[in-house]
Amino acid sequence: MAEIVGAYFTSHVPAIGGAIHRGDQQDPYWKPFFDGFPKVHEWLAAVKPDVAVVFSNDHGLNFFLDKMPTFAVGAAAEYANADEGWGLPLYKSFQGHPALSWHVIEQLVEDEFDPVTCQQMLVDHAISIPFELAYPDAREWPVKLVPIGINTVQHPLPSAKRCLALGRSVHRALASWAGDERIVLIGTGGLSHQLDGARAGFINADYDRFCLDHLASDPDALTGHSIHDIVRLAGTQGVEVLNWIAARGALGPAAREVHRNYHIPISNTAAATVLMEPA
Amino acid sequence: MALPTPEPIPGTTLFDGSAAQMGYQLNAMCYSFNDKANRDTFLADEAAYCDRFDLTPAQRTAVAKRDVLGMIAAGGNIYYLAKLAGIFGLNVQDVGAMQTGWTVPEFKEMLLAQGRGLTYAEAAHG
Repeated sequence: MAEIVGAYFTSHVPAIGGAIHRGDQQDPYWKPFFDGFPKVHEWLAAVKPDVAVVFSNDHGLNFFLDKMPTFAVGAAAEYANADEGWGLPLYKSFQGHPALSWHVIEQLVEDEFDPVTCQQMLVDHAISIPFELAYPDAREWPVKLVPIGINTVQHPLPSAKRCLALGRSVHRALASWAGDERIVLIGTGGLSHQLDGARAGFINADYDRFCLDHLASDPDALTGHSIHDIVRLAGTQGVEVLNWIAARGALGPAAREVHRNYHIPISNTAAATVLMEPA
Repeated sequence: MALPTPEPIPGTTLFDGSAAQMGYQLNAMCYSFNDKANRDTFLADEAAYCDRFDLTPAQRTAVAKRDVLGMIAAGGNIYYLAKLAGIFGLNVQDVGAMQTGWTVPEFKEMLLAQGRGLTYAEAAHG
C-alpha cells in the first residue's frame, strides 16, 4: 500500500526564485526565511517521498479568464514551466504520474467534486519555487507530480469548507491506491498578503497565527470564515491559504506539526513554512 | 434572487464576475505578455498594441499613465497586471508604492514595520 509520509507547506513568492538564483540565502533580508529550510531538507531525506500531490493556484500561465476552472487536476506524463512574462530562467520540468492522477480524479467525481482534467498543463512558480526550496541541489526532481489547481484568482472562489472537503476526498483516493509509493502532500502560497489596491502591503500576523495554530489539530476551525472574511483578514492574495487547507485535508484525519517557520516580510508577504506528519 | 452583498473591504477590489467581464481585454493583453515577442511588440508601439486588444478608453488611459489603481478600476487583475509591470522592470513593491502613494522605500519600510510586530493599521497609518 502507498504511504502518506506527511505534508509540506510553504509560500511561493516569485522573488524567492530570484533570491535562489542570486544565492542570497544568507543575505540578512532573506536569511530568516531560508533558515526554515534545513529542517525541511532533513525531513525529506528521512521520509523519502517519491510522489508529491501539490495544491496550488495558477497565476495566468496555464489558465486565462476564457476558461477558469474552480478545481483542476493535472493528468499529464510531464509538466513544464514556461515564461510567466518576466523572461526569467525557466524552472525544471516535472515527471507526472498519470495513473495516480486518474485515480484521484475517479475518487473526486465519486465524491461529487467535478474537476477539470488536464492532460496538458504548464506549472508556474507556485509549484516550482516550493520544489527549489525543498531540493536545492537536485538536478532533476526526485518525486513525480500530481498537481491540483484551485482558483484563487476570479471570484466566486470555492469556500474553505469546500477546499478542506476536496482535500479529504484526495486523501480517500490516496488511502485506496494500491501502489507502494511514498506520498507527500504540498500546499503552496500565502500566508497573508495583498498586492493590489490602496490596501496593498496589508499583512495580518494574528490571522496567520490562528491558521497555523489550528491547521494541524483542528483544520475545520479555518472553515468558519467565508471567502470575504478571508480576504478581509488575509488580503486579496492571502486567500491562497485555500491551498494549505486542501493539502491539510489530504493529509488525513489527524496530524501533528513537526516544524514551523514564520517571517514578515518576504516581498509583500508573510512567509511561512510548515511540516506535518500523520498522527 | 441576488446573494447578499457583504460589507466592502477598504482599499480592496474583489476580482469578481463583473470585474472579469469589464477587464477582459486588458487582462487578455497582459496575458499575451507571457510571450517575449509580444512584450517587444508592445514596447515598440504601445498604442497599436492596445488597439489590437481593443482596450476600452479607461483601460487605454490607465495603461498610458501607468495608473495601477485605474487599471484595477477598469477590471485589471493583479496577477495579469504583474506581467505588464514586469515589462517596465517594476516588481510588486514598486506596484505597491504606486497604488498607496508612498515612495518605494516608504512602502518597504511599512512592510518591515509589520515584521517588527506593528499591525498594518499602525504601520500604514500610525
